[in-house]
Amino acid sequence: MNLESLYQEIILDHYKHPRGRELLAAPLGAAHHVNPTCGDELTVQVAVDSDGRLMIGYEGQGCSISQASASVMSELVTGLAPGQSEVIRQAFLDMMRAKGTGEPDEDVLGDAVAFAGVAKFPARVKCALLAWMALQDAEIQSGLLTQQSKDGDS
Amino acid sequence: MGAPSMSIDVARIKKDFPILGRTVRGGRELVYLDSGATSQKPYQVLDAERSFYETSNASVHRGAHALAEEATIHYEDARELIAAFIGAAPSNIVFTKNATEALNLCAYAFSNATALARQGAPGRAIDPRFVLSPGDSIVISEMEHHANLVPWQELCAKTGASLRWFSVDDDGRLDLSNIDALIDETTKVVSVVHQSNILGTINPVREIMARAHAVGAVGIVDGCQSVPHMPVDIADIGADLFMWSGHKMLGPTGIGCLYGTTEILDAMPPFLTGGSMIEMVHLEASTFAPVPQKFEAGTPMVAQAVGLAAAVRYLTDLGMPNVAEHELALADYTIKALTSIPGVRIIGPGSAVDRGSAISFVVDGLHPHDVGQVLDNEGVAVRVGHHCAWPTCRRFGVPATTRISPYIYNDESDIDKAAAGIVAAQEFFGVAK
Repeated sequence: MNLESLYQEIILDHYKHPRGRELLAAPLGAAHHVNPTCGDELTVQVAVDSDGRLMIGYEGQGCSISQASASVMSELVTGLAPGQSEVIRQAFLDMMRAKGTGEPDEDVLGDAVAFAGVAKFPARVKCALLAWMALQDAEIQSGLLTQQSKDGDS
Repeated sequence: MGAPSMSIDVARIKKDFPILGRTVRGGRELVYLDSGATSQKPYQVLDAERSFYETSNASVHRGAHALAEEATIHYEDARELIAAFIGAAPSNIVFTKNATEALNLCAYAFSNATALARQGAPGRAIDPRFVLSPGDSIVISEMEHHANLVPWQELCAKTGASLRWFSVDDDGRLDLSNIDALIDETTKVVSVVHQSNILGTINPVREIMARAHAVGAVGIVDGCQSVPHMPVDIADIGADLFMWSGHKMLGPTGIGCLYGTTEILDAMPPFLTGGSMIEMVHLEASTFAPVPQKFEAGTPMVAQAVGLAAAVRYLTDLGMPNVAEHELALADYTIKALTSIPGVRIIGPGSAVDRGSAISFVVDGLHPHDVGQVLDNEGVAVRVGHHCAWPTCRRFGVPATTRISPYIYNDESDIDKAAAGIVAAQEFFGVAK
């Protein structure tokens, strides 16, 4: 276990050069999540474009893991049909709960597989999950997702 | 800069702490710099607890057998020793779960007295100092731990009283310029921290308590970060109520101490009720035991009290003036080591004057979590986050800080390793200047 396994190049790149880091003009739903142990904060907003595809807005402050995770997430789910984001979110959650065992599915997770090493650092798992949890709440708030899907994954 | 006191022999002390001999993260020597969160425990404390369980364990203040008698003697002897550590009498010390519980005990004295007064409680003497109503005020500071903030917010919500606070200046000192306006005739409680857990500032609590008493308010001081690190004479502080935790001063978790003057403790209604704290119980109503038992409902933390007494003996043998001198020298060394790194800024007093050795800092371009992670990789344990003092972080415009908090088992070489780790973090993330 070393620093490089936690801080993959992709994570550092997204941290230093966050993608799509801005708020939406007309969000359908939004959620503000904090990590009360360390003070990380993130606002995630959702909307759909004229084709019914998902749009993401976000802004926040926090550690490299929480902010890079938001950036990677926004790239992954932008343009998806509403509901599809749940498949990726569930795969990300499974990866975080695997404590570094098992092989994450790169076809589903894309750049987010870089966070596999985070699962070996229990104190950092919440940092990586912050954006995904906020996304889920924003989607529920917007009506794009039902509460049942949230209740079902615990 | 003076070298840390020769009277504190760190190399010898380290041998008393078994945990300091272990390695972390792939064989790295542990450098423990998180004593502001909790201290490590010497053999003397571990042995005292174990010996109690092996030889004298029984429930205290009841039972007619030999063990019950011995356990009670151990428990009350511990109270006497711990009380003497701050210059108090044993009957003025209440054992609690921790300092947070002690602060809640104080806040609940006010809400319980207010509720009893509203309801009308025949036969109960209700001290008007503890009865709050809209128009009353409670004064704290902008550098309080959440434990000395949230209970007062809750008390305000329940009674209609309003919360006020001393502000903090850029150097991390309390702004006392408006003390007479802030603490006025409406003030019922003044509760401030002796030594800030996040900034390290040592506050002029004697002056603040004097002002509290001038307006008839109850004066409370949170001593969590002062009692473990410097000589404390409760008479010199002048607080009505004063609390600290055992685990930050080499003692076990699960025990905290509340000091109160006899007059104030007598006037306060009980907090937790039930067994052990009563005088007479009838189905209709009960009367309560004298202090301190009035505030010690249920089976108390006997082994923890015995362990904390051993910690007090350990610190007394070292000499608290020596401990304070050692820490001031380490604070000075740490400040100089940190400020010599470009891009590092200390949050709190920038000189080793009226401050403890807990030192918070931020690194330009790096989040504290990431700094802490790189330090951890080097075996250096520090605290990252808001340190349960979120409003203080906001005051300084930072989401969180990294905090180095050394103790008697640390020396300059530990600070050097932390400083090297900070530079390594800057290099790893490409923000070195």
